[in-house]
Amino acid sequence: MDLLEYQGKQFFAQYGIPVSDGEPCTTVDEAVAIADRLGYPVVVKAQVHTGGRGKAGGVKLANDTDEAREHASNILGLDIKGHVVETIWIEVASDIAEEYYASFTLDRSAKKHLGMLSAEGGVEIEAVAEENPDAISKIWIDPVDGLTEQAAREWVEAAELNPDANDGAVEILRKLYTAYTEGDADLCEINPLILTPEKRVHALDAKVTLDGSSTFRHPEYADYDSTQVRDEREEEAHAKGLQYVGLDGYVGVIANGAGLAMSTVDIVNQVGGNPANFLDIGGGANAEVMAGALETINHDPKVKSIFINIFGGITKGDEVANGIVEALGRVDIDAPIVIRLDGTNATEGREILAEHESESLISKATMVEAAETVVALAKERGAK
Amino acid sequence: MAIFVDSSTKVIYQGLTGSQGSFYGKRNADYGTKVVAGTHPKKAGTDVDGVPIYASVAEAVEATGATASCIFIPAPGVKDAVLEAAEGGVEFIVCITEGVPAHDEAWFYNKLERDHPDVQLLGPNCPGIISPGKCNIGITAGEIAKDPSPSGPNVGIVSRSGTLTYQALYELKLQDIGVSTCVGIGGDPVPGTSFIDCLGQFEADDETQAIMMIGEIGGSAEEEAADFIKTSVSKPVVSYVAGVTAPPGKKMGHAGAIVSGGKGTADAKREALEAAGVQVGSNPTEAGELMVGVVKNV
Repeated sequence: MDLLEYQGKQFFAQYGIPVSDGEPCTTVDEAVAIADRLGYPVVVKAQVHTGGRGKAGGVKLANDTDEAREHASNILGLDIKGHVVETIWIEVASDIAEEYYASFTLDRSAKKHLGMLSAEGGVEIEAVAEENPDAISKIWIDPVDGLTEQAAREWVEAAELNPDANDGAVEILRKLYTAYTEGDADLCEINPLILTPEKRVHALDAKVTLDGSSTFRHPEYADYDSTQVRDEREEEAHAKGLQYVGLDGYVGVIANGAGLAMSTVDIVNQVGGNPANFLDIGGGANAEVMAGALETINHDPKVKSIFINIFGGITKGDEVANGIVEALGRVDIDAPIVIRLDGTNATEGREILAEHESESLISKATMVEAAETVVALAKERGAK
Repeated sequence: MAIFVDSSTKVIYQGLTGSQGSFYGKRNADYGTKVVAGTHPKKAGTDVDGVPIYASVAEAVEATGATASCIFIPAPGVKDAVLEAAEGGVEFIVCITEGVPAHDEAWFYNKLERDHPDVQLLGPNCPGIISPGKCNIGITAGEIAKDPSPSGPNVGIVSRSGTLTYQALYELKLQDIGVSTCVGIGGDPVPGTSFIDCLGQFEADDETQAIMMIGEIGGSAEEEAADFIKTSVSKPVVSYVAGVTAPPGKKMGHAGAIVSGGKGTADAKREALEAAGVQVGSNPTEAGELMVGVVKNV
């Protein structure tokens, strides 16, 4: 779950991390009212799940009511890399002496938490990492020990910030680590972390990704569900509890298991086709789930043919075949379907499918044959 | 020989009284696995299909001499369950449960490494492990795995993906190739057992003559495995990496399977593996065919 900047700042504030005073809103009038209340100058910031807001004109300084109105009306509705701005965040403008970068994430190779701190913040940190890796001070933290004050101090000193920033940075980074661990975040990033002329350290931005598996102990994270970026197809699949990712092509893909679904997307590409989606229906593949998956795919107007790729394990091939037949009875499908069924009781399953075979329901024995057939059918029906 | 588990392995099921635990516990027992105990803090003294329930792993170990545990506890209880198993005295823990928070995984991985370095954890979010004909712990359908042949050659399988593991077992069965052990390490961010752990075991295992390794986009586990193969694996390795055409930044199903920037892509993994002398198939079937060729020459 990716948080918008304002959600990230509110999340940080719960852990005592200093952020600028501000409020989110969705209309120009609200924006002006908030700006008047906060006092000028304020910054009007687009809230979208993408970077490069500043360059796109999505972050503007307003010195008075007129400017606040002008910027809010320009930014609301602005298209930033395909993301239309629906929410803006108005905050008190900060004086900046220096800009730093700070983050925590999981280092999967080291199996430890990784803290990164750099005196070169406020810019593309990937570029810094590439061109001047020594400018990033790193610390690997054993989750059992946590981040001690002494370790945090040594890490901060190694980053060679302005010495005036050291005490404030140690304090913020320990709080940020608490937010990262107690909040079950995959990523907590502050860029820039600023030093003000008054020598205070302060989070000027917030990028937070939360672990979707942790909601059992953070029920309030359900609130973030409505601000996740999903296209219409993904929204429908999400509502049905399906593991769905929208892609740009024309072959609808249904498979059981994430690995097999990825593999199916691959093979459609390999035979010269273009998949419309990734859809994992999980291990069971019963009629209920299959019907839901077919409905979702059927609502995608770009889909010209459908590839169902099922490997029977504990759920046997004949049960899967019966599930597919039952699902087809419930959903009126426009596009032709190619099924590859393999694994336990695949022969029995194929016999069941054979009774229902037609021009629009074809069974193939291997993944490659099925992929070639489904792509050819899509092209016959005008897919490009 | 097989790796990690064989016909003498006695297994405790944490969560045997639950619906998943009782279903798969019975299936594993029917396969021939020595399912000797279940645990539940409040149901000690009862049984599930004749398998006695103890209050804790420690008590179950003491009563039965079990050396392995299989966890079917829902995600919120997994952190405690893993620690209970390690402290209770088992050597091998298989955690099937999916949806375990990454911070819990990172915590118990490091906790085990520090306080219980001899305990091997497999998972979470994995299908389990099967040494065909000997022991099946987890949710793999035993009937799709061919027993190893005494004269060989047999293949060891290690995989990050559940259904692709089954696919691999099945492809080998169709080709009449036996399997020594098949380990599903799972696709989560912090798997207890890595490719490298399994590759090292397969290299040392007399029953294994060739290795099938199934990877996935995301992370750098395949690249690390490639480095290990280069230096420490003499047996032939065939591989397949799923997600070749996954668009960057899209998260596909497994928590682990996400590509960011140029790192963790299937192409990068394939290149690293090929540079280590591994034959890499473009799809699971092709990997199976490559393995047939390899086995013929062993």
